[in-house]
Amino acid sequence: MTGFAEKLRCALVIARRDFVAVVFSKTFIFFLIGPAFPLVVGGLAGNIGAKVQQNVERPTIGLAMSAEDNKRMLAAREELDGRMAGGLPDMIELAAAAPGEAFDARSALSDGNREVTAVVGGTLDAPTLTATADRARQWVGLVSNLAARARAEAPTAYPDVQVEEVNTSIAKVRTGQIYTAQGAQVLLFLLTMLLAGMVLSNLVEEKGNKIIEVLAAAIPMDALFMGKLFAMLAVSLVGIAVWGTAIGMIVLAGSESLPSMSAPAVGWPLFPILGFLYFAMAYLLMGSLFLSIGGMAATVREVQTLSMPVSMFQLMVFFFSSYALTMPGSWVEWLSVIFPVSSPYAMLARAAQQPEVWPHVLALLWQAFWVVVIVRAGAQLFRRTVMKSGPARGRAKGGVFARFRRKAY
Amino acid sequence: MKIELGEWPVAGNAVDGTGVELAIEARGLVKRFDGFTAVDGVDISVPKGAIYGILGPNGAGKTTTLRMLLGIIDPDAGYRRVLGHERPTEVARRIGYLPEERGLYPAMKAYEAIGFLAALRGVPLKEGRRRGRELLEEHGLGYAADRQIRQMSKGMAQTVQLLGTLVHKPDLVVLDEPFSGLDALNQGKLERMIRALAAGGTTVIFSTHVIAHAERLCDRIAIIAGGKVPFAGPVDLARDRLRPQVRLETRAQDGPWRAALPADVRHEGAFWYFTLPETGVEPLLRALIEGDAGILSLSIERAGLHDAFVAIAGEAAARALEESEGEAR
Repeated sequence: MTGFAEKLRCALVIARRDFVAVVFSKTFIFFLIGPAFPLVVGGLAGNIGAKVQQNVERPTIGLAMSAEDNKRMLAAREELDGRMAGGLPDMIELAAAAPGEAFDARSALSDGNREVTAVVGGTLDAPTLTATADRARQWVGLVSNLAARARAEAPTAYPDVQVEEVNTSIAKVRTGQIYTAQGAQVLLFLLTMLLAGMVLSNLVEEKGNKIIEVLAAAIPMDALFMGKLFAMLAVSLVGIAVWGTAIGMIVLAGSESLPSMSAPAVGWPLFPILGFLYFAMAYLLMGSLFLSIGGMAATVREVQTLSMPVSMFQLMVFFFSSYALTMPGSWVEWLSVIFPVSSPYAMLARAAQQPEVWPHVLALLWQAFWVVVIVRAGAQLFRRTVMKSGPARGRAKGGVFARFRRKAY
Repeated sequence: MKIELGEWPVAGNAVDGTGVELAIEARGLVKRFDGFTAVDGVDISVPKGAIYGILGPNGAGKTTTLRMLLGIIDPDAGYRRVLGHERPTEVARRIGYLPEERGLYPAMKAYEAIGFLAALRGVPLKEGRRRGRELLEEHGLGYAADRQIRQMSKGMAQTVQLLGTLVHKPDLVVLDEPFSGLDALNQGKLERMIRALAAGGTTVIFSTHVIAHAERLCDRIAIIAGGKVPFAGPVDLARDRLRPQVRLETRAQDGPWRAALPADVRHEGAFWYFTLPETGVEPLLRALIEGDAGILSLSIERAGLHDAFVAIAGEAAARALEESEGEAR
């Protein structure tokens, strides 16, 4: 009886054993405090992300004055560009308003097709600035300066700018969603990174205890692999519950000082659910890959040697997904969505930015398919390459590197 | 990997030529590793309820053969049928396996380890643990049921693993070098346990490089050397490959009666040793009496399994077997 139900039963037997062995070990406390260290790495990665962010977020002011005034304002911006600290926002002509014609700046700010951060209207003598409060504070002087320069080459008087505040803008929402996407990716990366080492060395215990052959004779090898993955997933959920509670308490205690997070495009109830599902998939994909690689290792030393390229691979996947985030709709984003191990990162970022839900169903199925493929392939490889000789004396110098050496002969 | 499937008549349990129901039947099993042929066309038929030994030196292909029979690895060629199934993993719940390299999780308690092994074979964990305590009690280890494996002696841990192999009451028990690492006392216990299993209808197949174990325990054996099986069948049949040996003691040391002794005769001390002639012992006795040899004693001994092994597998294999025994000691 090796049907799905039997394999699941076997996987759960293994998962239960591994879960109990890890969670009730004395060293589990180190696993729980472990995130303190990667948080530093996360902070560094966040800085890199912030630089990417600056490129993604190019604030744009839309002009809705008369055609002539628009032209002058653009010329004035060109003249000042590069002379002011921090640079100038982009400026585009939204509309050429006829004299006396009122332009609906609020609508322009909520128009997803234009994506401007603020709208400057009125005349050069009496400009108006429609923007969110923080942007209005930031740019009111700039607009006055530009209007003065647009009026005269050597301005002596600067016009007052009439400010009209709006609650938000499409650009601000989009920026917030990018932050949300990036934050989610960093969190996903940290959580999966924590588990990689554990998964990598998982089968070494069985080899060291010499129980692997008993397991291989009693249950299907892919059930053994799945059981080990389930166990580590369950261990990580314990960790997440502990860390989540700690972070939740910090948030509750200091909510006044924490910045509010932009609502993701798919909405709040769904986003954390998708986040959990993509975490599970990212972990299962990475875990099955690393379990297959780690399964080839015969000793802890080999596992240690393997952990460097494995960590590098994880970082590459993370940076690739972060890079793809800056190029929505491009082939890079599609590649990151399709490539199985980067797919959870890319799709979680997409959930923060795009409201459609059905692509996530497809993506989760696609990722689950690859989990099964990798687990089966890993189990086959393990059976064919590891369980191949008799007593240890024939295998003592074996392991993954010995296999490479043999190939090289 | 190509598996050459031979003709296989019907589903269900296999039956040999004499109508005996077989627990295991394997034909032409081949396994190659990196160009090295570890097992080369092995045929094995294990009747239900039998104690079957696979006898051969280290590196002969015993473990690889057992692993193929268990489905841990697949053969490159040949077929196998275990408890009526061509995929042994499908009947994993009915098989107990003790590998040569023993191993348990060191942090587990003895009864938990047995419960875990039972759970692997489909017994609910709670029931497996209950049976674990029971078995430990039965085998005099009840006092150590709550002791962690890492706190046990090697022999105790080995017993715990053996009990874990039997906890789910399997129909077929496969033991790879079960006697290695055991002291004489525990070897005796294990022999009794194997006999009890067979008496209860369980089929036991074990590998060994110690002829004495095979000779004492087995109904049938397969002699394996260099990945090939030159003999498989009843132990008596293996012995019958050699003519019985005659040991004769005479009062007279010489006389015309000596002409009646076969050509292979050798004289050691007071005894004459030779192979029993095809014509039997009666013509020889008549010649000795008529020649006044003065017969003091005469015994006819069947060939031992060691001699049979030498005759069947060759001198080189026999030497390797002796070396394996030496290593084990």
